[in-house]
Amino acid sequence: MLAACGGSTSAGSAPATPTAGQSGSVTVFAAASLTEAFTDDRTKLAAVNPGLSLTFSFAGSQQLVAQIESGAPADVVATADEPSMGKLVAANLVDTPRDFATNLLEIVVAPGNPKGVRGLSDLSRADLKVVLEDPSVPAGKYGRQALDRQGVKVNPVSLELDVKSELVKVETGEADAGIVYVTDIRSAGGKVSGVAIPGDQNVVARYPVAVVRGTTKRELAQAFVQQLYSGPGRQALLARGFLAPR
Amino acid sequence: MKRRPPTAVAIMAALAVAMVALPLVGLLLRTPWPDLGPVLASPDVRQALVLSAECSVGALGVSVVLGVPLAWILARVSFPGRSLVRALVTLPMVLPPVVGGVALLFAFGRRGLVGQYLAGVPGFPSPFTTGAVVLAEAFVAMPFLVITAEAGLRQMDQRFEEAAATLGAGPWRRFWTVTLPLVAPSLAAGATLCWARALGEFGATITFAGNLPGRTQTTPTAIYVLLESNPEHAVAVSLVLLTVSLAALIGLRQRWLGAL
Repeated sequence: MLAACGGSTSAGSAPATPTAGQSGSVTVFAAASLTEAFTDDRTKLAAVNPGLSLTFSFAGSQQLVAQIESGAPADVVATADEPSMGKLVAANLVDTPRDFATNLLEIVVAPGNPKGVRGLSDLSRADLKVVLEDPSVPAGKYGRQALDRQGVKVNPVSLELDVKSELVKVETGEADAGIVYVTDIRSAGGKVSGVAIPGDQNVVARYPVAVVRGTTKRELAQAFVQQLYSGPGRQALLARGFLAPR
Repeated sequence: MKRRPPTAVAIMAALAVAMVALPLVGLLLRTPWPDLGPVLASPDVRQALVLSAECSVGALGVSVVLGVPLAWILARVSFPGRSLVRALVTLPMVLPPVVGGVALLFAFGRRGLVGQYLAGVPGFPSPFTTGAVVLAEAFVAMPFLVITAEAGLRQMDQRFEEAAATLGAGPWRRFWTVTLPLVAPSLAAGATLCWARALGEFGATITFAGNLPGRTQTTPTAIYVLLESNPEHAVAVSLVLLTVSLAALIGLRQRWLGAL
């Protein structure tokens, strides 16, 4: 494992942008909503750095936490919410996390918005089948917050367990509307449309990233984290609709 | 006749048992025993357990009514494409359940193959209804009944039926008084497997029927939701599912198949 690091084992030094001299493999555990941005990122990072290969494991943030707690071999972990990361910090399993991106909520509807959904308050309409996410999932928690703040009472037909399932319900036409992340609607291409939620009604989802304490590839892991702030990773995130941390 | 198994065989068999038993032991060790009562008494959990009981029995009912005639035809009637039909109906056993759920959406959803004509008809298992849960569970579980029942019908000595026929018994009477009693053990075993599979069904159900407490949230889905928020409680509920399934499998096998 150590040999794969190409001899660069000096720990704790200031993270640098990846250089052609570094090589090895970094395993990144990331929230499912980062799938498109990070897989896009992989190709660009590999071009910058021919020796560096990235292995991704995408899952719900809570599952990532459980896997790392059980000793899964991750070098970097990126979650879709701060409470999940907080559990890893409390267990002393990761270095100090930093937010690297934010995401906003958007209403997802069928292409062209045939039911004329204009905003959050429309989601209480009786003629709409609305799918939300379960409050145990970050997206569900944020969606609930946004609706509660506007005093909108929704009777969902289902509380989905991840964003992708919610998208499937709208894509197949089984549901008329739901609340997902801006980035999910962008990734879905033309299969769904989005109805923007005004900034003052929206909820900001923060994405923290941290280097896993037990990593044997600290320098490479830090290089990966660094280019999420300024580098190909940042560009890939912005291109997918993520916003800068704030 | 009692015989000692060869050592290598005994070791492999012991490892097989360990492979299945160790995770279950892990589950038992993590069970929050003092919380068990309060967790199981909580309205959400009770609701999910009741719904699971109802839907799994419903799925078994659908599977018996449709699956036993199918098994009989597969075992007794020779027709072109029979092996194709047999492969087709057992496909849900190997299909990833989530794919099965999406396929059900494409068929029975309101834009689906038949759903577009029948959505809104009372009793039609539209997505997000309790009927959808029963349909998803039957879709995944019925093959277990069909293949077990078909095997029973094939192995049965058909001369008993022929004898009954020569004594003047009609087809229905032959089925009820000769065939059924002879294949009853196979049917019971198949029904038990089918019901247990329906009880544990998760992937197709969550995809096709969704997750709404009281309407479509079955026990496996409730466990998944709890895993996100309260893993200890999830373990407690898993234990109930496990105990009920195990009791049913042991009890019914012993009753119908003797000491197996």
